[in-house]
Amino acid sequence: MLSTLAFYISRAVQQGIPLLFGSTGETLTEKSGNLNLGIPGIMYAGGICGVIGAFFYERSLISPEAISPFLAVMIPMLCSLAGSLIMGLIYCFLTVSLRANQNVTGLALTTFGVGVGNFFGGYLIKIGGSSVASIALSATSACFRKSLPFADRLGAFGTVFLSYSFLAYLAVLISLAAGILLRRSRVGLHLRAVGENPGTADAAGINISRYKYMATCIGSMIAGLGGLYYVMDYASGVWSNDAFGDRGWLAIALVIFTIWRPDTGVLASILYGGLYILSINNILPTGGAGAVKELYKMLPYVMTIIVLVLTSVRNKKENQPPAALGLSYFREER
Amino acid sequence: MNGSGHTPLVHISKRSALPWYLSWAIRLGAIVLALIVCALVTTLLTGVSPLGVYATIIQGSFGTVRKFWVLLQELAILLCVSLAVTPAFKMRFWNIGGEGQVLIGGLATAACMFYFGDKMPNALLILVMIIASILAAAVWAAIPAFFKAKWNTNETLFTLMMNYVAIQLVSYFCNVWDRKGSGIVGIINPKTEAGWFPVIAGKEYLLNVLIVAVLTAAVYAYLRFTKHGYELSVVGESERTARYVGIKVEKVILRTMILSGALCGVAGLLLVGGTDHTISTTTAGGRGFTAVMVSWLAKFNPIFMVLTSFLLAFLSRGSSQIAQNFGLNHSFGDILTGIILFFIIGSEFFINYRISFRSGGEKEEGSHA
Repeated sequence: MLSTLAFYISRAVQQGIPLLFGSTGETLTEKSGNLNLGIPGIMYAGGICGVIGAFFYERSLISPEAISPFLAVMIPMLCSLAGSLIMGLIYCFLTVSLRANQNVTGLALTTFGVGVGNFFGGYLIKIGGSSVASIALSATSACFRKSLPFADRLGAFGTVFLSYSFLAYLAVLISLAAGILLRRSRVGLHLRAVGENPGTADAAGINISRYKYMATCIGSMIAGLGGLYYVMDYASGVWSNDAFGDRGWLAIALVIFTIWRPDTGVLASILYGGLYILSINNILPTGGAGAVKELYKMLPYVMTIIVLVLTSVRNKKENQPPAALGLSYFREER
Repeated sequence: MNGSGHTPLVHISKRSALPWYLSWAIRLGAIVLALIVCALVTTLLTGVSPLGVYATIIQGSFGTVRKFWVLLQELAILLCVSLAVTPAFKMRFWNIGGEGQVLIGGLATAACMFYFGDKMPNALLILVMIIASILAAAVWAAIPAFFKAKWNTNETLFTLMMNYVAIQLVSYFCNVWDRKGSGIVGIINPKTEAGWFPVIAGKEYLLNVLIVAVLTAAVYAYLRFTKHGYELSVVGESERTARYVGIKVEKVILRTMILSGALCGVAGLLLVGGTDHTISTTTAGGRGFTAVMVSWLAKFNPIFMVLTSFLLAFLSRGSSQIAQNFGLNHSFGDILTGIILFFIIGSEFFINYRISFRSGGEKEEGSHA
């Protein structure tokens, strides 16, 4: 019983980590007043760029045994960061420098990112010459998935806390750090000021464009890592088109659910992950009908809506979305 | 100006108004630039000659009479969803839940076809389908509107979440209705064709196109000439002004979103009753999101929306053709669409703002100050 529960929790964590990366990135972005609806596309791009890096690295090797764990991790990771940085820069250039509408830009970015992911995915599948519609990068994935060697000797405790790969711990670290940065540092204070009232922040001498660029680009890179984690760890290095699914939107939902607090996201993402796999594993009663599973998948979204409504009804100042969320800033327009 | 040392290199200021031919020239220029970039990307990524790709895109829409009709149908449905979201956008209510509203409309239509298919005469059935789909989608859209009106709940995020609730609801019913257990509802009423829209003049899609044409004119008139249309644009421009002049903002928000949802319901109805005769989670096919771009690119003007939805439908048809002819992945079209959208989105800046450089613009600055 205990081990079943522990196993279930560890699955929930693995399912939640991509969402945690995505939501931490999006929270940082939204705190600067940018509602980046391109996150799903950015996560796709982050995932596929990592896959491209890993694919060509694996191809350059003489044999799979010659793989260097350091390079096998660093190459995909840098590729992934670079890819999502480019996506973030496109978004920033259009919305911050050119003051375009954020919703439209974000949606276009998602179209673009998902397109990039599936196109290159299809392309690699073709040159990889495999018979199934996926690319398997098992050697690289093995390097990513290395967990602590003594984890499985510690029973349930080991399964719940120590059985993950380094990217999972990195996700938790990043979100805790982001929470501290936002609430306890001067940079965080400035960033929040930019998102709440850019006019005032500008008057106080804060460089609005620089903060928006930095927050959005760093946020995109963090979100991109979510895509990388998904492919390399959760999916064991197997990329197949559209497999990432609607996790990007779930990450945005998670931002609302945590009421813009990245550190709350650590636990909330596990909860979301747990809800997500309810529909896969047969844990809750379905009454013999598979159809009910589909209703379970609704739960994270319904919960998000409830939180969104409750925070707006209670109308507590510290629980609101950033006041200037979704608005472009132009100094001469007051 | 406080000394030349502190003058920034570039100065951006708002333009008053650009003559329409200049603003369209800028947009056209952006599209041309986008096509050049797309050509470069195409050659780099696939090694296929870009001209060949463009020829294929045109062939995808105009190659045969059949293809042209498919384009018209795509255009009609996309335009219908765009028309639906437009009144809400004019009110600055970011309804990005078009996807979900279309699906719910489609789901209601499919439910009527499924349950009443053999119980009532066809004319009555179609009437019930129309009412059910419009009602269901209107209610679906009214939920976020109610919370927005009452407690100012963020509508962008709310409508976004409602999409996925709708998708799962459709997925649930697909599993319930499917007898084989694959979760795919086949064509509904294939033998009796109950609830299928009549084919007029031998053209399968003509009815849809006509309905949407009428809707386009109606929405244009509604926004342009009615009191409702005026009120919602006042609410969009400034909520405070609206309250001050005695417009009941809550009522306008609810009313406009119900209209928005109802039109999405029509799109769902046309998709399920008029063309697909089935339902799946991809029935709306991302049109709820594309419609946001169509509507925004056309500056919320229903007549221009015919052009912008043509552009997007044309690109999407073209990309399927590319996929077919060159053995490329269908997603290549999404990349091209994305690039073209980026350029059009970016071009709006040059329409709304003027850039003056320090050296060249010095005199101009002086005359302003």
